[in-house]
Amino acid sequence: MNQFAKAFTPDKLEEAWHVFLTEFPMGLWETVYVTLLATLFAIVLGLPLGILLVTGDEKGIRPMPKLLMKVINVLINFLRSVPFLILIVMVIPLTRAIIGTSIGSVASIVPLVVAAFPFVARLVESSLRELDPNIIEMAQSMGASTWEIVFRVMLPESVPSLVTNFTLAITTILGYTAMSGAMGGGGLGKIAINYGYSRYKYAVLYLAVIVLVLLVQVFQSIGTRLAAKLDKRIKK
Amino acid sequence: MIELRNLSKSFTTADGPVEALRRINLTVNDGDIYGIIGMSGAGKSTLVRCINMLERPTEGSVLLDGRDLGMLSKKEMQEVRRQVTMIFQSFNLLMQRTCLQNILFPLKLAHVPHAEAEARARQLLETVGLPDKANAYPAQLSGGQQQRIAIARALATNPRVLLCDEATSALDPKTTHAILQLIRQINRDTGITVIVITHQMSVVQEICNRVAILENGAVVEEGDVSQVFSHPKAAATRALVFPEMSDGESLIPDRQGQFIRLIFDGAETTQHPLIASMAIDCGIAASILNASTRTVGGRVYGYMLLDIPGGPDEMATAVKYLSGTPDVTVQVEVEYPAKEAEK
Repeated sequence: MNQFAKAFTPDKLEEAWHVFLTEFPMGLWETVYVTLLATLFAIVLGLPLGILLVTGDEKGIRPMPKLLMKVINVLINFLRSVPFLILIVMVIPLTRAIIGTSIGSVASIVPLVVAAFPFVARLVESSLRELDPNIIEMAQSMGASTWEIVFRVMLPESVPSLVTNFTLAITTILGYTAMSGAMGGGGLGKIAINYGYSRYKYAVLYLAVIVLVLLVQVFQSIGTRLAAKLDKRIKK
Repeated sequence: MIELRNLSKSFTTADGPVEALRRINLTVNDGDIYGIIGMSGAGKSTLVRCINMLERPTEGSVLLDGRDLGMLSKKEMQEVRRQVTMIFQSFNLLMQRTCLQNILFPLKLAHVPHAEAEARARQLLETVGLPDKANAYPAQLSGGQQQRIAIARALATNPRVLLCDEATSALDPKTTHAILQLIRQINRDTGITVIVITHQMSVVQEICNRVAILENGAVVEEGDVSQVFSHPKAAATRALVFPEMSDGESLIPDRQGQFIRLIFDGAETTQHPLIASMAIDCGIAASILNASTRTVGGRVYGYMLLDIPGGPDEMATAVKYLSGTPDVTVQVEVEYPAKEAEK
């Protein structure tokens, strides 16, 4: 019998159940609020940046200096290509400056936002680029300003696509919280690592994974339904 | 009045500069329904976009009542765009908004108070015949209905000029007719000037009073529709008015011998059925092998290809008889022309 099989004996399962009842509620709550807050801040930073990527483009409605756009693109690609585990360490000084500490659930929001906002910016960019350019031309032909085109045409017309992409962002960030849990953050990730990796309590690890999977399913189905409900292009 | 003066537009592409428009001079009078027709790639879309400055002309100017649109400030330009509105081939409605909200859109941009804007929008829904579609979304409407909503939206700011960019090209013939009638009705009721961009001669024929033919970015012919149709001077015009003539005949009769080609140049044959009277008067029952004619203002333009039964005598009689008709030219052809081309 190997160690793995031994982790699922009746007494181990009972112990896992005990951990599930005592530590999981808090862990689940931490994971949920860290995910939602990190997504929110990532959208706050990523949405305007995504809009800028589209409108400031050479062929956009308000072309920006090419050099500026180049710098922004390089920066986004840089942040997107740093592995998250390493990014957590890299932003520790920033985390300390903002939160005062680099340990705990709240502190883990900082690296999550830094990792997610360039991702959100790209998602917003792709959503806005899906829009029929003829619609924008129509707005221009009616004398709409850049500002009016963004807020009265581009964003409202892209709502279903944005909701779909923000759902993708939430589920991705949820995955990242497990990693930040291993690096001093809180939540289900921390429980899974502490019990499963450090103490070979696989039953607890698997329980944590099941809860994380269910959480992703919940976010995803809410997002998918919301996007469908908001889309007025579907004939009813 | 809209005047285009020496208007040129060129684009820089990867393969070097492309001249989309060359020295265009046109005058559109108030209340005109002015057709601009050309094959695809002739520069029609660029031309219409120069009229509301969606495209800046490289050279020349666009004058709206004597005001040079190229000289306007951003603010003034926004005002002009409420005066010169546009409808499109793909309708371009906001798909996430109701029909009412779509019509309200330009009014919101113009900062019209909501109550007033909504009253205006509902009145326009009546005008275009869709008062019950206020809360419907565009996806729930047919193409023709979507274009009606787009027309209502274009009229919301009480414009003086309506630009139609291939507005009926995505619609079936019946719907096209209905939309054109609506545009004509609005033109009569409000005196709005309409500029119609199209590649379909039938559209020009149905509603326009004046027409310009565009080819390779230049105006090759311009004038009253009846004038241009009856005496098409440019090759491009003839190709548009009688596409069958330039394409080569499609019906190839399996015959040899002589044929008569009748060319109608504004003949009043509706009152004198020519072929039937020849049968009665001369006893020659000609069969029509091919024909492409068009009636403009009660006069016939086009051609007809006749096969005359019998020998050289009958042929001579027929030629003599037909030649007596005013505005009809008779040509005798030995070989069916397209037959060679086909082989």
